[in-house]
Amino acid sequence: MRHLIDSMDLSLEELEELFVLTRDIIENENKYRDVCKNKLMGTLFYEPSTRTRFSFEAAMLKLGGQIIGFSEVGSSSVSKGESIPDTIRTVGCYADLIVMRHPKEGAPKYASFKSEVPIINAGDGGHQHPTQTLTDLLTIREIKGKIEDQTIGLCGDLKFGRTVHSLIKSISRYKGIKFVLISPPELKIPQYIRKEVLIKNNIPFVEVETIEESIDSLDILYMTRVQKERFFNEADYLRLKDTYILDKAKLESAKQDLAILHPLPRVNEISPEVDDDPRAAYFKQAKYGMYIRMALIIKMMEAI
Amino acid sequence: MLYIDSISKGIVIDHITPGLGFRIFEYLKLDKSDFTVALIINAPSKKEGRKDVLKIENNIDLDLRVLGVIDPTVTVNIIRDEKIVEKIKISPPESVEDVMKCKNPRCVTSTEKGVIQKFSLLDKEELSYKCDYCDNIYNWEV
Repeated sequence: MRHLIDSMDLSLEELEELFVLTRDIIENENKYRDVCKNKLMGTLFYEPSTRTRFSFEAAMLKLGGQIIGFSEVGSSSVSKGESIPDTIRTVGCYADLIVMRHPKEGAPKYASFKSEVPIINAGDGGHQHPTQTLTDLLTIREIKGKIEDQTIGLCGDLKFGRTVHSLIKSISRYKGIKFVLISPPELKIPQYIRKEVLIKNNIPFVEVETIEESIDSLDILYMTRVQKERFFNEADYLRLKDTYILDKAKLESAKQDLAILHPLPRVNEISPEVDDDPRAAYFKQAKYGMYIRMALIIKMMEAI
Repeated sequence: MLYIDSISKGIVIDHITPGLGFRIFEYLKLDKSDFTVALIINAPSKKEGRKDVLKIENNIDLDLRVLGVIDPTVTVNIIRDEKIVEKIKISPPESVEDVMKCKNPRCVTSTEKGVIQKFSLLDKEELSYKCDYCDNIYNWEV
């Protein structure tokens, strides 16, 4: 039984299989509409979500499957103090696959030790978000035609940004990847990403504090939100929340084929005036998120 | 001067960094042992000035891997017939369970009851360990 807990759980070959399957789903959606008939997916969202939960649920429904679960802990026995293993074992009695989001880092991994059905990590605190990485990699592949040889600017909250951590780990395995890490000093990438991924694998990276000083060198600009829910101290959040705002003026010196990505939701970090720029790819990215999750569900349920 | 008798069979953990003897005593759960144990604190040492020493009589089947995390500089002597028959070199274990506690308040181990604390060795030289759940990195300090 396979779980998807970390973005490194899938090899490059497995990723390629998923991308090829996703392309076929996009082109021949009807072919896949019953492949998960009589299958049930449990969605356990201990933390709010729009895109991830909806895209998982939409993906399962489009494959002919059904869904049970909760979107807030208040409507489940978790609010009565039920432990993760007890919840997982119970849902595992009914569901064939469990999708889990949790505010605590490592919670889906702990759940996977106790589960008799596959677990997909749909985001754990400020740690990892492997299915967002699948979405990001697919978006890059679809827009750029390849994932290799890209200079990627990651901007905003690189400390608590779980999508950033998962993406750096996974995309570092492709050749010719360079990173420009744009953040205030307080929100730099965690030590384990710096040491274990970037330094250990000799991946070129620079750390800067403004978008302007590096935007002309980027093939991809990955914007992130400074996440209020990750701060214990609101004053720190208020001080840092609007550090970066991408607008038309900042994009003037950017490459014509730059792809602007964002895992969404955004607050102020991308001005709405950028939405009409052909380089803005974040809503396209949200749609790819559903298709790649369809492919992932098929693979994890061994439905074809 | 305080004298502690030599032992005829057992383990002597020598050259413990002063102050860590009691920690090792606790982690090896020697307070629950039914054999003779002597914990010597701040003994004079030619090499280090001061050291802690643990003498454990009869029992030579203790799991000593934890020493590699708490104090890898110790020397472990196995005693039989009042002679040192083996010196064990302590090296940091590849993984440890329930020795250290993850201090990341965002880690699942901080709130979920009954989770076994697990760490994996990251760097032998720096003696750094990584929490298996949240990936936070720690040095040997327990």
